[in-house]
Amino acid sequence: MSVPAAQVRRPARWRAALTHKSLVIGGGVVLLIAIAAILAPVLTPFDPAQPDIANRLKSPFWMADTVPGHYLGTDQLGRDYLTRLLYGARISLVIGLVAVAISATIGITLGLVAGYFGGKVDAVIGFVITTRLSMPLVLIALAVVAIAGGSLTTVTLVIGLLIWDQFAVVTRTATQQARSADYVRAAEAMGCSLPHILAREILPNIMPAVIVVATVELANAILLEAALSFLGLGVQAPLPSWGLMLSEGKNFMFFDPWLITLPGLCLVTLTMAINLMGDGLRDALRSGRR
Amino acid sequence: MSALTLLDVDNLCVTLPTASGPLSAVRGVSLSLRRGETLGIVGESGCGKSMTALSLLNLLPSGAKATMSRYAFDGETVTGRGKRGIRNLRGNRIGMIFQEPMTALNPVFPIGSQLTAVYRRHKGGSEAAARERAVMLLERVGISNAAARLAQFPHQLSGGLRQRVMIAMALMCEPSLIIADEPTTALDVTIQMQILKLLADIKTAFGTGLILITHDLGVVSHVADKIAVMYAGEVVETGRTAEILAAPRHPYTVGLLGSLPDPSRTAPGAPLATIPGTVPSLIDPPDACAFADRCARVLPRCTAAAPALRQDGPGRSIRCVNPEPAAWVA
Repeated sequence: MSVPAAQVRRPARWRAALTHKSLVIGGGVVLLIAIAAILAPVLTPFDPAQPDIANRLKSPFWMADTVPGHYLGTDQLGRDYLTRLLYGARISLVIGLVAVAISATIGITLGLVAGYFGGKVDAVIGFVITTRLSMPLVLIALAVVAIAGGSLTTVTLVIGLLIWDQFAVVTRTATQQARSADYVRAAEAMGCSLPHILAREILPNIMPAVIVVATVELANAILLEAALSFLGLGVQAPLPSWGLMLSEGKNFMFFDPWLITLPGLCLVTLTMAINLMGDGLRDALRSGRR
Repeated sequence: MSALTLLDVDNLCVTLPTASGPLSAVRGVSLSLRRGETLGIVGESGCGKSMTALSLLNLLPSGAKATMSRYAFDGETVTGRGKRGIRNLRGNRIGMIFQEPMTALNPVFPIGSQLTAVYRRHKGGSEAAARERAVMLLERVGISNAAARLAQFPHQLSGGLRQRVMIAMALMCEPSLIIADEPTTALDVTIQMQILKLLADIKTAFGTGLILITHDLGVVSHVADKIAVMYAGEVVETGRTAEILAAPRHPYTVGLLGSLPDPSRTAPGAPLATIPGTVPSLIDPPDACAFADRCARVLPRCTAAAPALRQDGPGRSIRCVNPEPAAWVA
């Protein structure tokens, strides 16, 4: 029964995860965008909010009428478009991550409590979830922005406080299954406290499902931010949000279509990469379990 | 109640809610156990033996209700102390071992952290001290290379090893009572014997009481000092293991022992002995002997009123008005 030390080590799950193509591709693209966003001040010499009226609406490098240095051209105020896209990635990612963190905290807590206790507690939380699902996001955002005014913080809070429903629903279902597991009953028999049982016994075991929801909601939050900013309810000018850039560029779309193609492309690439990563993670986590 | 009494439970009743009304899973069970003593609770599936054990730790499924007229553990009354009181008993003074070692350990943590968490919750102290105790107990339950094993995850261990880990976990806080609910059912026959020997061994070494719940009379005969035979939520016969196995008096116990396959008596291919009939529904049970429908020795008064558990010799009780004669001894 002696065990060699090497065998005692946890198997290299990350190496196994690398065999999942969608995880590698999606994760790679997300990582690339994240690095570009973080390094934005290093990668470009321009200020994303600095207008340059002399060089308005210059084309990207593959077209005529370009200006050296402005690889992806300039917008209607002469601001470097590549710079604005890079800084826009920061806004998208920060709002997405913070909003998902807020909604995950709310949703997981509600789901754990509802799933573990069941009965009346479950009925009450189920009602709260249904209430949330019956409220249209954009309408709420409109009302909140009308009262509080649009800003980065407001948008993040509005999105974070509204998209926890999937977390709650998935956590609740997974908890209902996990609570009857023998190790949960064993933990109860060991006299473990309720927070210990929820946080140490149940949560780690339902984490795969929660992680997949988190990726879906991250893409969702980024799209929502873009939509709200496009409608003028989100991030306010001159901050370079992709949604806001789409909105500003739409007046010029017939003559300078890249103004909306480029931010649109960024948005599609990022959300698709995140979803791809989520799919890959789901497969990797599923095959990782025995 | 003498100072040696560890557990004293009187008139325990458990009802479970079902779609067709409340089901009386346990109907007036009384148990008493002395320090270092082993009680085997025997009965078929659904006779209430697991419910009895779970109610001692207040671990019944949600909706189930347990009442008892007395619950004393180690000389202290537990009744009325509420959930906090019973939770402090759990793990700390009463350890529990479950049927399925394959699923009773949390799959995402190494066994070491699971062992130390229990200890530190109840006893406090440093992680190092808890690890030391974990290693000591793992070695005690027969796991070699225990220090290295602490870093292993449950899926890296076999069923027998996991059950040993569960036993070590139940022992972490030096409980005075261990409740083992079918601890060997999920294991290979060869491993079963090892685990039973280990339990018996541990019991003498640590002086803990043991409640062994099983449907397997072979299991109790090896380990238990006393047996309580349960049928339809009631104790029908209780006494010293040797006496009951040698001279069962309740017709149900007789039937159970008669159903044990014995290769020397049964011809190959011959049907195994069974007790005819089925257990009565415990939703609204009749005021009669629950075994009357299946009993070969049934009398008219068996169906007239439910028989009471009555004394039948020293330390022996029986719930039957027409038991097998004591001279039945084969």
